[in-house]
Amino acid sequence: MTQVPDIYRILPEVILTLTGVIVMLTDATLRPKTPRRPLGWIAALGTTIALWASLWQLSLPVGTGFYSTVETSPFTVFFHVLICGIVLVSLLLALDTLPEDSHHQGEFYALIVFGAVGMCLLTGAVELLVVFIALEISSIATYILAGYRKETGRGPEAAIKYFLLGSFATGFLLYGIALIFGATGTTQVYEISRLVATSQSKGLIAASLALMLVGILFKVSAAPFHVWTPDVYEGAPSPVVALMSTAPKAAAFALLLRVVYEMFPTLHAMWTPLLWAVSILSMTVGNLAALRQQNVKRMLAYSSIAHAGYLLAAFAGLGTSGIAAASFYIAAYAAMNVGIFAVITVAGGYDDKRSLIEDYRGLIYRAPLVGSLLLFFLVSLVGIPFTGGFFGKFYSFSAAVDNGAIALAMIGLLNSGVAAAYYLRFALVSVQRPLEDSLRTVSAPRLGVAVGAALLLAAAATLALGIVPSETLRAAESAAHTLQAPPESAPQADAPPTQTQP
Amino acid sequence: MDAINQSILTWILLVPIAGAILVALLPDRAKLPNWVALLTTLVSFGLTLHLPAHFINGQPGFQFEINIPWIENPAIYYHVGVDGLSLWLVVLVGLLAPVGVVVSWNAIQERRKIFYSLFLVQQTAMTGVFVALDLMLYYGFWELSLVPMAILIAMYGRKDGPKAALRFFLFTFIPSAPLLVAILWLYARTGSFDYVTLQLLLAHGNLPAAAIFWVSLAFLFAFAVKVPIFPLHGWIADAFSEAPVAMAMVIAGKLGLYSLFRFHVALFPAQARLVAPWLIALGVIGILYGACLALVQRNFWKLLAFASVSHFSLIVLAIYGLTFTGWTGAVYQILNDGVVEAALFLLLGALELRYGSCEIGEFGGVAARLPRLASFFVIATLAMIGLPMLNSFVGEFIILSSTFTQVSRGWTIAAALGIILGAAYMLWLVQRLFYGSESTLTAAKSPGDLNTGELLTLIPVVVLMLVMGLMPGPWLAAIETSSRPPALNETAAPLPPSVLQQIKSQVSSQIASQAEVQR
Repeated sequence: MTQVPDIYRILPEVILTLTGVIVMLTDATLRPKTPRRPLGWIAALGTTIALWASLWQLSLPVGTGFYSTVETSPFTVFFHVLICGIVLVSLLLALDTLPEDSHHQGEFYALIVFGAVGMCLLTGAVELLVVFIALEISSIATYILAGYRKETGRGPEAAIKYFLLGSFATGFLLYGIALIFGATGTTQVYEISRLVATSQSKGLIAASLALMLVGILFKVSAAPFHVWTPDVYEGAPSPVVALMSTAPKAAAFALLLRVVYEMFPTLHAMWTPLLWAVSILSMTVGNLAALRQQNVKRMLAYSSIAHAGYLLAAFAGLGTSGIAAASFYIAAYAAMNVGIFAVITVAGGYDDKRSLIEDYRGLIYRAPLVGSLLLFFLVSLVGIPFTGGFFGKFYSFSAAVDNGAIALAMIGLLNSGVAAAYYLRFALVSVQRPLEDSLRTVSAPRLGVAVGAALLLAAAATLALGIVPSETLRAAESAAHTLQAPPESAPQADAPPTQTQP
Repeated sequence: MDAINQSILTWILLVPIAGAILVALLPDRAKLPNWVALLTTLVSFGLTLHLPAHFINGQPGFQFEINIPWIENPAIYYHVGVDGLSLWLVVLVGLLAPVGVVVSWNAIQERRKIFYSLFLVQQTAMTGVFVALDLMLYYGFWELSLVPMAILIAMYGRKDGPKAALRFFLFTFIPSAPLLVAILWLYARTGSFDYVTLQLLLAHGNLPAAAIFWVSLAFLFAFAVKVPIFPLHGWIADAFSEAPVAMAMVIAGKLGLYSLFRFHVALFPAQARLVAPWLIALGVIGILYGACLALVQRNFWKLLAFASVSHFSLIVLAIYGLTFTGWTGAVYQILNDGVVEAALFLLLGALELRYGSCEIGEFGGVAARLPRLASFFVIATLAMIGLPMLNSFVGEFIILSSTFTQVSRGWTIAAALGIILGAAYMLWLVQRLFYGSESTLTAAKSPGDLNTGELLTLIPVVVLMLVMGLMPGPWLAAIETSSRPPALNETAAPLPPSVLQQIKSQVSSQIASQAEVQR
């Protein structure tokens, strides 16, 4: 293990950091009038290299570096590739849709890349203080990006809400870290995992777990920590929402997997019912609230809350099957959600010219290609077979059923029936004949190379995950193997908690 | 020839998809999408004809079988095949496809690329449902068949398409949630999605009876909505009156009825016997209720919708009579309904296209203007109400006689009453549409009679009705080959211990290898 230079363990992060610094410094030296678009291409290039570097890390022996603070394993590579992929698509999307004259374009690209550094590091960190720092790096970048549209009222509102609630949640996480340090005397994940089993301070550890869960569940916008989501999504520019509804969530879910399966496997009996309750609550709250939305981005915000719920259902599965299902779901969710926000960016405009569902009437008449893609991503979100969304749900709920949680799977699938109602309402509006006198209806957008590539990547990923999921699942499974599975004798989960209604 | 037999089903599934992609890529110029779609459907119909030509009557099990792994974990196989039950249904889907294109030829003027692409995807999904022998594959096609239908209902709806589409989609999608849970549960217990393996395991395995009962109910519920069986028919009237004619032809009946057969009665024979009395009752109620509602409809699409409810309920009665003769009649009757309804849909669609109305009250005296359309309609009506020499007579006769002698006289008499009502609403419809004095609508317009394309489609369909009515032998021979469910009117014959052992070891090794993968 000592032969691997430490720097290789964080190679993608290093590449991303360098890219971000180059973009930022070049931006500072350019004249104000010079177009900033090439910077976006540099950022995309750097992200692509980082993606390859992550794949290359597979050839390293599994292990940690920098005094056991960061790890490379199939698990970290899985999430690195996923996050770099999302960031790449978001960058391509922003390249063509950011207004040419917008200020601080260079910063925009740099922030996205810096955010990616934080998210990647978060998935690789096995030391809680590094986890905290990584989380902060990614969060601060997204706080700023959320408020990128300063000229509108909603932008700063979104940023401030996100920042205040987000720092509060991070505070919870930090508190949890402090308590576990108090109980075990270390912040190294494997050490904690070893010590927790024999530790005497059960109360302290339980409190720590609860506090950390609050902090993480906030980041994945699971109910009841979801209230920020609709406002922030509505206020942030659509390419940013494409990023922040997926990549930070993927990173946070990776952290959640690490915390519950690797750090506290012995507390299985405690966190399983908690996550069940949160899962059911998120699905139900998200779907019921989404039913009533008129604003597309708010509706998708609630839908993402519901998806967090479906994903948490996978945590009912024991060991590898649960971890693999959750990892697969994250990939499928990321593909289709980035895709639909890419479509929203293209059809609705960067400045949200068209924000209501009704404004998309006739999309398929005015812009057949974009309209068809919208239908495709909505079909995937509904969870129709032969799309990534289906296999995501499939693995998640079959992990639950395998473990006897039939009630949870049932609630989840009935919820997806409710969800079908609002996705379909949106889909059906978009295929209706456009109103002739409506000025707001969509006109055919011009697709550039970058945004075309972004749409293509997202659509191809969604379709591939629905038709040939085996490869990704195998990757997810080998990722799951590197996380320590809970002991086989872990107590069977009890009946699902009864409070399903908010 | 073996190579063709091995791959024919794959081709039947792929050709429409290829056609759909082609339609989507080619420009929407002149009638290009129509021609491409017509060509594709004719090719795929031609391919389906290969099946009966090379089907070996009397050979048990599935034929033209393909079974290759698709996804390793969970073990999903691309397992397709046909037996006597699905053979003619696949051909029927193939036949209805070109008919659907002809029906839409002039009716669909806008967004033809999207229409024909989705229409062709629908073909694949329907065929897939009939040939899939892996539960997940089946579920995939089952769900996939919803999407094109919902989108097309919304796009081409006559009054409130989106509402009807949403209703149709949710009515079918929500019951499929328990279905999926049930399938997953079966997989968790047996480690297999394979139809044949599951059938054997369910008949002879040691699965808990109570749980299996709930699983079978979940299957039943999902299919009952799709048929629809009374009282789950809430979606059908709107869907029929809003859907484009070509789609309405395939919307109801076949998929649900076939699934009841294959995945309820044949998979859970013991459980099916428990619920059979209830379904017989619901079937008879559906026959009478559908017929009564059909009598009072003002819109001819809705009339046809309730007439379908009535006709499909008769088939449900036959399925749950659990007699072998009844089943043969039921399968035959599914085919008959498909053919007859295709003709009726085509003719009513032609009528609506010419007069721009589907309100029965606005018509009158059309026969004088459009004699050919009227005479074809009368023939189709007579077939629908079961006139001897035409196809429905054979099916209805087999169903009613077998139910009368082997199941229940009372229910049969009630069902026969429904057939009389059926004659009433259909003949009354003919009278109101085609005879009597000319209404203002018919007097105002003078459209042309059936054109060559419509005639070219109708004549084979009518000939088929006659042939199926006069010579049911060849069809019935293939149907009777259908793999007999293990428990047919007799207690499940115990499998030879060696075979049972073989299956068990196979399954347990599957489970073990899976567990290994997970570990």
